[in-house]
Amino acid sequence: MSTIEGQDGAWEMVIGLETHAQVASKAKLFSSASAAFGGAPNDHVAFLDAGMPGMLPVINQRCVEAAVLSGFGMNSTINLKSIFDRKNYFYPDLPLGYQISQFSDPIVSGGWLDIELEGGETKRIGVTRLHLEQDAGKSIHDQDPYRTLVDLNRAGVGLMEIVSEPDIGSAEEAAAYVTKLRAILRYLGVCDGNMEEGSLRCDVNLSMRRPGDELGTRCEIKNVNSIRFIREAIEFEARRQVEVLEDGGAIVQETRLFDPDRGETRSMRSKEESHDYRYFPDPDLPPLVLEQSYVDELRAGMPELPDAKKTRFVTELGLTSYDADVLTADRDNALYFEAAADGRDAKTVANWVTGEVFGRLNKNDVSINTAPVPAAELGALVDMIKSGKISGRQAKEAFEAMWAEGKPAQTVVDELGLSQISDDSAIEALVDQVMQANMDKVEEYRGGKPKLIGFFVGQVMKASKGQANPASVNAMLKAKLDG
Amino acid sequence: MSALSDLLRLDIASARKGLADKQFTARELTEAYLAAADDARALNGFITETPDQALADADAADARLLAGNATAMTGMPIAQKDLFCTEGIRTTAASKILGDFTPPYESTVSGKLKADGAVLLGKANLDEFAMGSANITSAFGPVTNPWTPEGAAAPLTPGGSSGGSAALVAAGAAIAATGTDTGGSIRQPAALCGVVGLKPTYGRCSRWGVVAFASSLDQPGPITRSVRDAAIMLGSMAGHDPKDSTSASAAPVDFEAALAGGVKSMRVGVPREYRADGMPAEIDALWQEGIEMAKAAGAEIVDVSLPMTKMALPAYYIVALAEASSNLARYDGVRYCAREDGNDLTEMYSNTRGTGFGEEVRRRILIGTYVLSAGYYDAYYKQAQKVRTLIANDFNAAFNDVDVLLTPTTPSAAFAAGDVDDPVAMYMNDIFTVPASMAGLPGMSVPAGLSAEGLPLGLQIIGKPFDEASVLQMGQAIEDAAGFDKTPRLLAGAKS
Repeated sequence: MSTIEGQDGAWEMVIGLETHAQVASKAKLFSSASAAFGGAPNDHVAFLDAGMPGMLPVINQRCVEAAVLSGFGMNSTINLKSIFDRKNYFYPDLPLGYQISQFSDPIVSGGWLDIELEGGETKRIGVTRLHLEQDAGKSIHDQDPYRTLVDLNRAGVGLMEIVSEPDIGSAEEAAAYVTKLRAILRYLGVCDGNMEEGSLRCDVNLSMRRPGDELGTRCEIKNVNSIRFIREAIEFEARRQVEVLEDGGAIVQETRLFDPDRGETRSMRSKEESHDYRYFPDPDLPPLVLEQSYVDELRAGMPELPDAKKTRFVTELGLTSYDADVLTADRDNALYFEAAADGRDAKTVANWVTGEVFGRLNKNDVSINTAPVPAAELGALVDMIKSGKISGRQAKEAFEAMWAEGKPAQTVVDELGLSQISDDSAIEALVDQVMQANMDKVEEYRGGKPKLIGFFVGQVMKASKGQANPASVNAMLKAKLDG
Repeated sequence: MSALSDLLRLDIASARKGLADKQFTARELTEAYLAAADDARALNGFITETPDQALADADAADARLLAGNATAMTGMPIAQKDLFCTEGIRTTAASKILGDFTPPYESTVSGKLKADGAVLLGKANLDEFAMGSANITSAFGPVTNPWTPEGAAAPLTPGGSSGGSAALVAAGAAIAATGTDTGGSIRQPAALCGVVGLKPTYGRCSRWGVVAFASSLDQPGPITRSVRDAAIMLGSMAGHDPKDSTSASAAPVDFEAALAGGVKSMRVGVPREYRADGMPAEIDALWQEGIEMAKAAGAEIVDVSLPMTKMALPAYYIVALAEASSNLARYDGVRYCAREDGNDLTEMYSNTRGTGFGEEVRRRILIGTYVLSAGYYDAYYKQAQKVRTLIANDFNAAFNDVDVLLTPTTPSAAFAAGDVDDPVAMYMNDIFTVPASMAGLPGMSVPAGLSAEGLPLGLQIIGKPFDEASVLQMGQAIEDAAGFDKTPRLLAGAKS
């Protein structure tokens, strides 16, 4: 656990995260209204979502499936019987007057995930639980001078709330945890992980203590919606709490809000003002009972997750741990790499993907799925290097053109007239020509200056206008000079 | 064509025959009811009358009869308790808070009746949000029991909460009506008005589109003039509904056909704990008569024990009100309903709910909120749920030995509103009906005799889960033996 220095000694951060991940589903958790992002206000609203009299919830099977898959992704226990509870409070964007959630008996309990730290270390972060619950609508306070407007499009959308153990010890660890969790959910296809659209957001629980002391009083920072903001919120809040504590003050247990513009957290409400939610089992929904066979079936259909993929890339494909990490962090990147590397030298392809491809993705801010060079074409390019048809340098030139024009590898190579001379007799002629023109150097070489081989290679390549296969040139020169 | 008043005395089974035999048309039958509307109005049985809808429904029914695709309910002029959402027709739950709320959807149960060709006369009065046992909490005024004697100082109540439904059926102002029963809201008014009321097994009829009181207890059912009618109408109302997660997937039953099963060698349990302290002698006497009737019909009487009976009422009022406090949270003035503005959000909520809900509803929301609050949840709500399990266990044990149970429906005959001024005393009306509600069991009240004052009294038959068939069979036996053919003083169409 990393520590931070105060005025008079070190402090330890204790962080737990509650992550709300929107289930990737067409419909809402208990109604058939669209769960899609956007839409005109109040366009995606079923009668239930508006709290109309007599309307009843019916569980969306897709959301149950997502919760079970996520549970497997976090090495958790799937509870065959779970219960939906009502969390009661009044708010204009909560039409029923309660949120349907899971309180005492969640669908998933326990589990862990491993995060990668600087220097290649891993740390295991415990997962307490995952439960399903409804999202609330949106209250809009700034579009009308006198009234608050309500948009119910989000009301009732299915969320998975994933609660971590307080095992996180720094802003970096928190960022790594969210990154890893997001990757797992995206691999499973259960959440698109889009933090900008609010598909993934975090509540940060943070307290400070002297190393070895009991847990301190915590504050909860609500609804932080980017990894950068999570870092900033934690760093600010940790410093704030240390200052309060070192001034002899006490931390008030409260809910705080992170203001990204000012980079600070502010008090929202204290525990004294907190609601009594009067949780009780929702009588409109019988306990959610899953058949073991159903759960087994979902488990059998699980895709490979980042950790397993990474291990396989290292042990079976011979990639470095670093490359494997970079390539598996995102599901779509990993799938791109695997498609390009299929039947080819994995290391070569990995270099191309992590170097040329990722470089241009970052530069042009595009996603791998819309990259102008599809995986198959990158593979075709690598094949041409392998067969000696073009040189590595020519390949980079070709790749540049492929990216810019979106054309296949073969077309670009033809258009640019790229090819290297691999024909032995042609190379031999060039070698002879260069040796004859530089007999003095030949003598020097033979007299004990083997480093001159580089000079000869350069001359032959120059004579071939760069089109000779360097490996063949090298071999031919060696044979002739040493012979 | 028969005289109007004759048409108004028919039950569903006889009217079905009359329609099939072309003795009269559905339009004539409906017009007879519409012509007697003034008499129904005197009882305040309807909150909303729908005469135009009724005539349109009747013409559609006649077309169906002509085309030969009529069902048992085709052409039957009924009332829908105003707790069932009806598409395009104002639905009030007898509360001011819903204002002119007109649902853009039709409840599953009312939709089924409509699809079977029933004719909608109107929306029946009830206790506000189905909370009451006398139909005196309605924002649209109390309902008068048609059995109110000549010259009575105050009108008698019809019971509640389906008081409008029971009064209309008893007075001949609707051939049958829907009700909902949470702790006795079908059976108790049926008993007090001298008609048949059947609460099916929880989950038998869909709750989708029914304004909720207590979700784990609410159950729609029919209020009719005969046991056979109850069987016919239940057949139309029942069935699995994928829109209600608590709806049972039990196979459909031909309840009317099941009536033929009879009660020979049926084992009838008599729970000794129902002999409540202070049970009026005439209620006890009626019960004994019922036992004799069952015996005479060939059934076997078995003494059974349901030890948790006395815990049922307090536990019921915790569970039901807890659920109600949450179910009624949606009436907040934000989206629909009559909003009462305030200076801020809290004040708007407070004004809307403070003026929109009546006294009894407010009382129940407060109690329900209290029993779910931090620090009280375990002592009240959780404890009540445990009691509920024990009550169900009691019934299960008894049903190992018997097919049905026989008890009185109510501890007294109809009373005047002023006779019961204390809410807890009013709650005592449900003492015999609540245990079956807590266990989700089917129960039916059948009129079986008259009190000393000439008011109807009912007997209750309780059955095993989804065994409405046995309940109906025993009900039929009691009905046959009792030969209850008395009519109330205030009878629709009597002057015509």
